[in-house]
Amino acid sequence: MSELSVNHLLGIKHLDKEDIQLILDTAKEFKEVLNRPIKKVPTLRDITIANLFFENSTRTRLSFELAEKRLSADVVNFSAGSSSVKKGETLIDTVNNILSMKVDMVVMRHPNPGAAEFLSQHVDASIINAGDGAHEHPSQALLDAFSIREKLGALQGLKIAIIGDIVHSRVALSNVLLLQKMGAEVMVCGPTTLIPKYMHTLGVRVEHNLQTAIEWCDVANMLRVQHERQDLKYFPSIAEYRAQYGLTMEHLDALDTPIVVMHPGPINRGVEITSEVADSEHSIILEQVENGVAVRMAVLYLLAEKRKLGTS
Amino acid sequence: MSKREIINSRELNITLNRLCCKLVENHGDFSESILIGLQPRGAQVLERIVRLLENEYNVKNIRTGLLDITFYRDDFRRREGHLQPNKTKIDFLVEDQKVVFIDDVLYTGRSVRAAMDAILSFGRPAKMELLTLIDRRFSRDLPIQPDYKGRQVDSIESQRVEVLWKEINGRDAVLLTEPTS
Repeated sequence: MSELSVNHLLGIKHLDKEDIQLILDTAKEFKEVLNRPIKKVPTLRDITIANLFFENSTRTRLSFELAEKRLSADVVNFSAGSSSVKKGETLIDTVNNILSMKVDMVVMRHPNPGAAEFLSQHVDASIINAGDGAHEHPSQALLDAFSIREKLGALQGLKIAIIGDIVHSRVALSNVLLLQKMGAEVMVCGPTTLIPKYMHTLGVRVEHNLQTAIEWCDVANMLRVQHERQDLKYFPSIAEYRAQYGLTMEHLDALDTPIVVMHPGPINRGVEITSEVADSEHSIILEQVENGVAVRMAVLYLLAEKRKLGTS
Repeated sequence: MSKREIINSRELNITLNRLCCKLVENHGDFSESILIGLQPRGAQVLERIVRLLENEYNVKNIRTGLLDITFYRDDFRRREGHLQPNKTKIDFLVEDQKVVFIDDVLYTGRSVRAAMDAILSFGRPAKMELLTLIDRRFSRDLPIQPDYKGRQVDSIESQRVEVLWKEINGRDAVLLTEPTS
């Protein structure tokens, strides 16, 4: 197997099928590392990583930080709330200041789509996009794919429905791109107002009926209703959204063949998914979180490998 | 590239049997011992040794594992190309156990150094030993020597020692490969 074809993880759109396969295969070996009594390897001991979070995050930031520490990297953390960004510093200045302290890799979440790509063109560090606005969230799509593969085997030929708030979701786009590259069929399902108009041009099925979607799919990836990004009213009320798109045990019990239920978190329990479903045997939500660390270790390992000593 | 057979099938079998005898001499019923094959090529040596120990020397319930040392290598980012990890499978703690690392060819000793580092993630063994089918002597970069060695081979840096297995390559043999200039 060869190295990754990219020097940064900016989005799934830049990866080819072999890259995705390589990341998922490598993550499998890191998952084994995470189940050892001592869950740490010395691989990145000469690498320094800056986690730049210009937007709130709990699990992604923790997951990346844990992945970095499990690989023995030195880690510095930065969040916009407590930084010079508030004093008017530009993104490039902020990052160049951090890089002048000899940082090799940057994990960045930013509210603006394309921020990671912009950064990769201006600084000499490997950039990992941990979410850029409603654009891409590649590491989430990779860990979702890893979790599906672990549960059901190959992705080729599987039917995956992404259900909920598609228009505000970076997880949705990254998932669609990745699953299609790996040969899965993808459907998006939600109210018309929460599905972007261009969605059908990506070659995905568009559905507005939850029942039809879950009868069609092998895996339902339930997305959170992102209240914080909704400056308009996209649906009449939470109660109505729940009635139309909330996944319940009654839905699952009525299916002829069981489906796998996923959620990237954080869950609005009782809105897009009931507590009963989230905690049921159909759900692989906690496996997704566990796999997140292994997948991010694989990404960091494979990108660090491309920064040969003497050339970086 | 020229290849020369330096050990044939019969000789290899004799060597493997001698290594098994030495293991039995030192480890008795293996109740406190664990045999660890170093990935990728140590796995095949381990399989043969275990089969011989069980079938020819009546040793039962031998605990075995496979250890991949990729994440512990000292040449990460220092060599061209990709280092693909292999599967590690160790389903027990090695705390206070006697661990025997098993590999096909001992060359610079760097893989063994990485293995000594890696195994500590599974506990602190009472003892670590090294069994190698082929010892390429005079080529060590580190102060590491085998406790059990099948054959010593004198070779130069440009040569390669290749172990063939009946199950994989159709015949048992050890070859010395020399690049033609």
